Amino acid sequence: MITALGRSTLIFIHELGEISLFGAGAVRGFFCQRHRFAKLLIATHEIGVRCFPIVTIVGLFTGLVMGLQLYYTLVKFGGEAALGTAVSLSLIRELGPVLTALMVVGQAGSAMASELGIQRNDEQIDALQTMSIDPKGYLVGPRLLAALLCFPMLTAVFDLIGIWGGYVTGCVLLHVDSGVYWNRVFQSVTWVDVQGGFIKSLVFGLVTIAICTYRGFNTHRKASYPGVRGVSESATRAVVWSSVTVLATDYLITSFLL
Amino acid sequence: MDDVFLKITGLKKYFGEKRVLDGVHLDVPRASVTTIIGKSGIGKSVLLKCIANLLIPDAGLIELDGQAIAQSRRGAQGTEAVTFSYMFQNNALFDSLTAAENVALPLLEAAWLNQSEVNDRVQAMLAHLELSDSAQRYPGELSGGMKKRVALARALITNPQVVLFDEPTTGLDPERKFSVFEMIADYRERFGFTALLVSHDIPEVFEISDHVAWLDEGVIKFFGKPSELEIDAESALSGFLNKANYGREGTINKQETKV
Repeated sequence: MITALGRSTLIFIHELGEISLFGAGAVRGFFCQRHRFAKLLIATHEIGVRCFPIVTIVGLFTGLVMGLQLYYTLVKFGGEAALGTAVSLSLIRELGPVLTALMVVGQAGSAMASELGIQRNDEQIDALQTMSIDPKGYLVGPRLLAALLCFPMLTAVFDLIGIWGGYVTGCVLLHVDSGVYWNRVFQSVTWVDVQGGFIKSLVFGLVTIAICTYRGFNTHRKASYPGVRGVSESATRAVVWSSVTVLATDYLITSFLL
Repeated sequence: MDDVFLKITGLKKYFGEKRVLDGVHLDVPRASVTTIIGKSGIGKSVLLKCIANLLIPDAGLIELDGQAIAQSRRGAQGTEAVTFSYMFQNNALFDSLTAAENVALPLLEAAWLNQSEVNDRVQAMLAHLELSDSAQRYPGELSGGMKKRVALARALITNPQVVLFDEPTTGLDPERKFSVFEMIADYRERFGFTALLVSHDIPEVFEISDHVAWLDEGVIKFFGKPSELEIDAESALSGFLNKANYGREGTINKQETKV
């Protein structure tokens, strides 16, 4: 059992190293590319614009549910006035970055892993190499940098919509005083909370998109099956590992920030 | 021996315990068409991929015009790739790009030319290959033969010195096979590149081949002109050629067809 644990740990560390080198190579390769701005714009559209609706919807319903749950918890102690504080801090510190990352992984990350997997199987990645185009810089680099731009912005959208959702449940439906709600939001949220949320979203963006692109790009090496099944396996593993990594790194970052 | 342009010496490539290439020696003459024949899975595509730097050989040397391009060690990847073009078996066209964009890709991304120069060269290449009408169509909207021509246009747009063709006629009907072979011969004449071809289409491919190399058991066991292929009933090459119907069908008829 100890041998198996050791082997798994070594594999994990090796994989971590490979993903880090892969990401670093992709970013370095991106800066040697032509038409960088256009590529970044396309990748930003892929991650930012396409994920915007789902992030908005999930943010709204998260805020609505939190308003409801927290109101009925706080009202037992006569503390419903603290609803704004509870909703805003939970969203900005934790739920905003985590749920945004999970939504983007589900929407854009899986698509990237599948697309790169198909391109690998179809020899399009090899074709780029024969054309003297760095495949990582061309296909992965823009996505990683776009993730750094989009994740914080989508997290901000999620937080704002979520806080507004908490207001709708708490103030409009359950009649908490709206002045008290917004006053508590503005008083309790500090720049340190916002900064912490943004740090998390940056780390999640980099890590999740690196994992998703790595799995797709290396479908031929990493998947247990060739062909279509291999692509499907790559996409599934990309989503699963990205999601687990989001939660694990969330714990690590939180323990450093608090 | 003609002027050797591409020289392969002692090339070895192993996949685990499996010795796919076990010391390949091959001298490809300048501006010729050399066809590699051999059984399926014998390592013909692996040889092409080693030349194109898509696979790193375990040992051996590949020289182009007397200059080493891939040392038999890891880390030698990425050098001189611009000299080679590779036409993939399944074309490897980008589905999300139009035919013109596919052809322009190596110029836009790797050649550092301005847009108008790229446009001019792409239009000229598409016109050469009679693809001007399909320039704005996506690969999914093109026939198999047209995709081949787009792939060939992309392979030729950078004026490569060597073009590697990996089974360029796979999946085509006999009429279109002839057209693709004619196209390769025609454009080799016109553009003057050295062509290295992997094909199972025996004897049709011999019509355009200046030299034939037979890869068997990880080494080149025959190299010479198609006319020098000995039909010795006892030899392994004879067995392979007989199975490939060589010598039974007689001379093929060139057809004036377009893909």
